[in-house]
Amino acid sequence: MSSLAKVLIVDDEPHIRRLLRTTLERASYDVSEAETAVQALDRLARTDPDVVLLDLGLPDRDGLELVPIIRMRTTATLLVVSARDATEQKVTALDLGADDYVTKPFDSEELLARVRTALRHRMSTQGIQSVVIADDVEVDLVNRRVLKGGNDVRLTPKEYGVVAELAKFPGRVITHQQLLSSVWPNDYERHIEYLRVVIRNIRQKIETDVSRPSIIVNELGVGYRLKRADG
Amino acid sequence: MRIAAQEGRGRLKVLLGAAPGVGKTYEMLTDGAQRKRAGVDVVVGVVETHGRAETEALTQGHEIIPRAEIAYEGRTLTEMDLDAILARRPQLVLVDELAHTNAPGSRHPKRYQDVEELLAAGIDVYSTVNIQHIESLNDVVASFTRVRVRETVPDRILEAAEIEVVDIPPDELIERLKEGKVYIPQEATRALSHFFSKSNLSALRELALRRAAQAVDTQMLDYLRQHALAGTWAGGDRVVVAVSELPGADGLVRATKRMADALRAPWTAVHIETPRSRTFNETERKRLASVLNLASLLGGQVASVPAASVVAGLRAYATEVRATQLVVGKSMRSRWFELYHGSVVDRLVRETPGLAVHVLPLEAESAKREAGAADVPIREGAQWGPHSAYGWTALMVAAVTAVGSALFQILNLGNVALLFLLPVMVASSLFGLRPGIFAGILSSLAYNFFFLPPTGTLSVNNPENVITIIVLLGVAFVTSQFAARTRAQADLAASSARQNAALAGFLRQVTASGNDEELMQAICAEVARLFDVRAVLLVASAEGPQLRAANPPENLLDTIELAAAQWALDKNQPAGRGSDTLTASDWLFHPLRASSRVIGVIGLARDDGRDPVRSDQLPLLMSLLDQAALVLERLKLEEDMRGVAELKERDRLRAALLSSVSHDLRTPLTSILAAAAEMRRLPSAALIDTIEGEAQRLNRFVANLLDMARVESGVIKLSIEPTDLTDAIAGAVQDTRRTLEGHAIQLNVSPNLPLVRIDAQLFHHCLINLLDNAGRYADPGTPITITAERTVGELVLSILDEGPGLPPGRERDVFETFTRIEGSDRAKGGTGLGLAIVKGFAETMGLSVSAANRVEPRGARFSIYFPEKALVREIHQENLV
Repeated sequence: MSSLAKVLIVDDEPHIRRLLRTTLERASYDVSEAETAVQALDRLARTDPDVVLLDLGLPDRDGLELVPIIRMRTTATLLVVSARDATEQKVTALDLGADDYVTKPFDSEELLARVRTALRHRMSTQGIQSVVIADDVEVDLVNRRVLKGGNDVRLTPKEYGVVAELAKFPGRVITHQQLLSSVWPNDYERHIEYLRVVIRNIRQKIETDVSRPSIIVNELGVGYRLKRADG
Repeated sequence: MRIAAQEGRGRLKVLLGAAPGVGKTYEMLTDGAQRKRAGVDVVVGVVETHGRAETEALTQGHEIIPRAEIAYEGRTLTEMDLDAILARRPQLVLVDELAHTNAPGSRHPKRYQDVEELLAAGIDVYSTVNIQHIESLNDVVASFTRVRVRETVPDRILEAAEIEVVDIPPDELIERLKEGKVYIPQEATRALSHFFSKSNLSALRELALRRAAQAVDTQMLDYLRQHALAGTWAGGDRVVVAVSELPGADGLVRATKRMADALRAPWTAVHIETPRSRTFNETERKRLASVLNLASLLGGQVASVPAASVVAGLRAYATEVRATQLVVGKSMRSRWFELYHGSVVDRLVRETPGLAVHVLPLEAESAKREAGAADVPIREGAQWGPHSAYGWTALMVAAVTAVGSALFQILNLGNVALLFLLPVMVASSLFGLRPGIFAGILSSLAYNFFFLPPTGTLSVNNPENVITIIVLLGVAFVTSQFAARTRAQADLAASSARQNAALAGFLRQVTASGNDEELMQAICAEVARLFDVRAVLLVASAEGPQLRAANPPENLLDTIELAAAQWALDKNQPAGRGSDTLTASDWLFHPLRASSRVIGVIGLARDDGRDPVRSDQLPLLMSLLDQAALVLERLKLEEDMRGVAELKERDRLRAALLSSVSHDLRTPLTSILAAAAEMRRLPSAALIDTIEGEAQRLNRFVANLLDMARVESGVIKLSIEPTDLTDAIAGAVQDTRRTLEGHAIQLNVSPNLPLVRIDAQLFHHCLINLLDNAGRYADPGTPITITAERTVGELVLSILDEGPGLPPGRERDVFETFTRIEGSDRAKGGTGLGLAIVKGFAETMGLSVSAANRVEPRGARFSIYFPEKALVREIHQENLV
């Protein structure tokens, strides 16, 4: 990237903003801040950020309402940062178009890693990677193959469907809803148990230790994410 | 008790006279005037001046409430206007003639009931009554004056009243009578000369004085009991009176009441239900019910005991209640009867040693009064048996005659006679006595006519043959007696078993209900079923009786019914059809009484317009209602207890929470502040670690507090979804990796476990807390093991640590809020909330938890159990490929 990546922090807590600014500036990002929803939309238009860190508890408007607006107006990656840890909030935010979700209190290293992942996505949004690598597993989306340690892994169509959905956005959480509607398009009753069992079957074929899965990671109550090559 | 019950009630003063003309009304008006001068708000409810001027003059100073007019069969009668008095609300009301019977159509049949209502409303009442009108003295007075009055006042009314005897010497009274100063009711003129004899008046006067003394005595006794003073009242006596359907039993009951009063003993009127009781006709049944009712009115208890014989039943009952005195009536039965049956009294005296048996003559004094009642010959019909029985009997005899003539050549004469025993025995055992005797006579005739020489005639030559005829008749008699007795006993046992079964079934139905609504509905349904009536249940509310349950459900009550229900609720007495009060209602309302109060009323009605409950079913209804009230009361008590326990628990929690919050929030904050201050001077990695660690501890504590609040408030919104335990465990291990540093996590999770239906978020908190807890108490460097396996009927997930384990016997306590294992160091940073959250969340999801010690290696084991229904069954393969 030629210039510094721009990050917009939307949070009404000055302490949190200061903390985030310190952390992000240390990692060489160009940081701007907004206290309210109105300010956030204003800054969004003027600074055209690459990443938006959005707190849901804003004084003038519910942060969740901002999610689709931001999604419509910019191509910026949207990370929701909130103390609300109820899973349905996360799922709602993700389904409304947020790219990821970080719960307060957060580990600053983890936050930075999420920002980096989000940015990488943004770079590759237009063209999906043809080959995704996670540990010793390789997902070839063009030839529709999965390799483990260089050997072919035989997956059923449903299993491959799930792996492919996850591999399209490596490192990003894909909600149950998204996975179910793309792999089981005719199942209107949303049988999450199908997904659970298929994930388990995939893991038995690609994970090194099935009881400690590290390639397909569960996101509690939200969905799954495929581990990225660089951890 | 009685004194306590009087709180808030008006007081009753009764001016008791020995005879008409002693000046009770005069005295009452004078007393009233005195109170009025003392500033009391006094009105006259009703005064019978009988046109006497001096009495008339006394009413002048009083405010008189005009009488109400009641139209009855074209005439207009006047009665005391109860509603007007209640509306006027004076402090004291003067009501003459307590024993007066109200005109038909009044609210209450009796004036004393009006007075009770006034008293209940908190209004004081002065009233008058003559000694002969007191229920328990009614027949004593009648015995020597030969004048029986029908209008009586129950003793309980007087027992609760202050009694003042209005007394003049007999001579003076006779003088006044001669002067025409005494009003004599029309019906008494006949017996006038006898009634007002000096000896009678003296006796009456003595009775009145004694009754008044007894009232003082009783009230003193009440006072003593009330204040638990050691008194000298007689103890240990219990009087039981056996009552039957025979006329005169009411006199027996009154005598018993007097005897029990003299002994100051509790008493019971008991009816022994023998097989014969089933053959009672309507008059007998009514008479028995009224005798039992009288006993209850006089303050006695009432019981009905099924037994094979009167003596056996009485003996059993007397032993059961530890009776010391037994009162029985001796009927004027014929000597022949006693010779055959044996006198009940003789056998009682012989078979109940240690029991004083009082035998009183059963005088059919009230029989005359009832003589007009139609004596429907139900029993007759029953004994005669159906007409068809005679037809069958005749047929059998004919058949035997035919068989006998056919076999006459083979059989001799004696054997043919034996053959005739057959129809006699069959008829008497199947159809009863009279068809049996009919068979005997018919057989004798047939035997005589067809077989005895000279055949074809009814004459008997041989004396031997006379004996044969007598034997045939004797067999008929004896067999039928045995058969009848056996049948009656079987009937009685069956009916007794039916009643017990009804009661047991009722209790079973009723106790199975979990809450008030269900219970009340069950009571209605059972009462409706058992008595074949419509049933409703109402409870008191600010807006009047409130319908809580009904069977069938569409029962609607109109204003008359609601008034009766309200009355029953207020007065704790039956009201409506078949009772004493508000009889215009189609419904009969019985109060549901528990310990001290009326819980509600149950209403019964029949579609065919008959009385809802037959008099012989009343005891069953009463015991059902008692049981129902008890169950209702128990349910309410349980609820109250639960409420109290909950409050206490909440208080305990609040206190524990406060101390926990102040400790658990301040300790890490202190460390953080100190470390931050130190950092300002000399930054060091160790200080940063302190700050980070303490901050995490704070974070965990706050999370637990929030979780606990959700558990406690019971507002957790569950999102139960099939979940893979592998994911759940991996997530929890990941999130506790910092607190579990230094412990190896060993996973022993069977592959291919079924998915479990849980709320992933809640379960995550459970696991985190269990792991956190294990990490805190496990010895440093020891592994923590997580196992998950399918066993029969469930799936068990356990977390095992190696360390001191739990104090023996305290395994269950660890899941209680704010329990922290004794001797544990607070510095370990437990909040005491963790395990309570585990339990709370697990139970919310339908899972259960347990804690136990492990022996080899030593440590603790915490388990979560997933029942079969929380497990997801196999999924069809086609959905997965």
